[in-house]
Amino acid sequence: MTISRETAINVTLALILLAMPFLALQLGKPFYVTLATRMAILGLAAVGLNLALGLGGLVSFGHAAFFGVGGYAAGILASHAFAGQPLNLGLFALPGTNQMLVVWSVAVLAGGLLAAAIGVISLRTSGVYFIMITLAFAQMTYYFAISWPAYGGEDGLSITIRNVVPGINTLIPINYFLVCYALLLTALLIFALIRGSRFGAALQASRQNKLRVASIGIAPFRIGLVAFIISGMITALSGALYADLNRFVSPSMLSWHMSGELIIIVVLGGVGRLWGPVAGAMLFVVFEFVLGGLTERWQFFLGLALLAVVLFARGGLVGFLAGRMRHG
Amino acid sequence: MQTALFIEQVLNGLQLGVMLFLMAAGLTLIFGVMGLINLAHGSLYMVGAFACATVAAATGSFWLGLAASLAAAAAAGAIIEILVIRRLYERDHLDQVLATFALILIFSEGTRWLFGSFPLYLDIPPLLRGTVPIPGGSRYQLYRLAIIGVGVAVAVGLFLLISKTRLGMRIRAGESDREMIGALGVDIRTLYTVVFALGAALAGLAGALVGALQSVQVGMGEPVLILAFVVIVIGGIGSIKGALVGALLVGLVDTMGRFLLPQLFGLLMNPSQAGLVGGALASMLIYIVMAVILWVRPQGLFAARG
Repeated sequence: MTISRETAINVTLALILLAMPFLALQLGKPFYVTLATRMAILGLAAVGLNLALGLGGLVSFGHAAFFGVGGYAAGILASHAFAGQPLNLGLFALPGTNQMLVVWSVAVLAGGLLAAAIGVISLRTSGVYFIMITLAFAQMTYYFAISWPAYGGEDGLSITIRNVVPGINTLIPINYFLVCYALLLTALLIFALIRGSRFGAALQASRQNKLRVASIGIAPFRIGLVAFIISGMITALSGALYADLNRFVSPSMLSWHMSGELIIIVVLGGVGRLWGPVAGAMLFVVFEFVLGGLTERWQFFLGLALLAVVLFARGGLVGFLAGRMRHG
Repeated sequence: MQTALFIEQVLNGLQLGVMLFLMAAGLTLIFGVMGLINLAHGSLYMVGAFACATVAAATGSFWLGLAASLAAAAAAGAIIEILVIRRLYERDHLDQVLATFALILIFSEGTRWLFGSFPLYLDIPPLLRGTVPIPGGSRYQLYRLAIIGVGVAVAVGLFLLISKTRLGMRIRAGESDREMIGALGVDIRTLYTVVFALGAALAGLAGALVGALQSVQVGMGEPVLILAFVVIVIGGIGSIKGALVGALLVGLVDTMGRFLLPQLFGLLMNPSQAGLVGGALASMLIYIVMAVILWVRPQGLFAARG
């Protein structure tokens, strides 16, 4: 079996990301562990988006909604656990919790439900409508979070003590990195399995030609909706991790800048590529860190760089290193 | 008193509506003719507001500022069309979104660079200060009424421009078949630049007019841009008529929702909780309206293209 260039690049990326925090500890720079964790979490969020955007061709400008909902799931459950008050959901009461496994499940469930609600309406349309509608719905969750004062409103919500995983001390940065890294690998595995499945084939076909897919008896709407829901779930999971990393969640996680950044990450890395989102997240965090250290105006240069990539260098980092994909 | 308050809120809704129309008309025109989604439209709104505030502060005349805002926004629009946007017409929507998102970053950060992080203030011109009586015994700001007047005038002007003039004829032809009008000898590149600059000027005008009501600051265009998206999604992308109807609908629903919903919930629960629930629901109301309209008509109310 020959190893393709893309596989080699993927393995290299995986090893670099894994080695980074250990190297940082060796060099006595523990701050870089947090940076690597950030890469893994943003990479995970972008893997979720890549499922909809890369495989399904669904340009969602509203993935911040799922990211933020995951974050708020973590924050709200933790705050209830801390205050010792159950969360009253009308029909039943949910006890607060500081168990990440529970938090993740709730985040994934909430993200999936929100994605189902948004997807059912947005997927009735396509193209430019889809972009604007997903953006509008994400903005709706943003305004809701701001105007609902119970969980901090505009000020956001702090997580007093990071949530826990049985048997792992998540307060130690390297442990938390490994938790996030493991979830990232799991999500990539799911992405690869979906891409190789019959469902994945139908999804990619419906990106290329909806009419043909429909004419052989597959409903593109349903395929797209399922993909959108799974995509929202993965991004919501990353939101929960992100909230626990910063021990803080605020409406800015739901803002449309966040949606834009997630798209940037996917495109910088390579749309539809397995490890593209991770490459993009690594590049984005490095860019943010290096330029942010040099100048306060780093977003100006991010804009210029992005413009250059879109206009002149298509295919992203993985595309640049591994060559064009065999299929369009 | 209640009627006066009600009329005042309706007028506020209309004023928001015509502002949104100025934004949405440009966006929808650009999409209709060039097939381009322009996220940086909010930046052009900001450019208009900053130009107006700067020139008004330097010369002491709001009217010179207003002229400057039109000129600056149109010029900024023409420049980005020639440098960047022109390369995007043949690209897919993802590339258009990314490139125009990049333009937002450049415009926002660039403006912060030039003007600093503090907001600028723009005074209402002396001619339009003061209030006028409205039915119910209350008074309403003259300036806001003037904005509604400007919006109506622009709407009428735009309809005349598109239906009666040669430029309008070319715009309509460009919407239905660009290859054909190119073959007939119309210079499409110039036409596209002109349409883009026209849309930009409308956004700049909106920014300058609103600048006297709110503070002029970086990022002021973004909430308006997203509302304008809701407007054109409701109205049907590419349709000026749809933009007008959608803008008034969004303006009125948003303003009246914020006014009436807390009162409505006040009938059911205690006032503080009603304010909370009503306020939260009101902030989502236009998106719910959008969802309902899309459910019934996914292509919007007055879709121009299939």
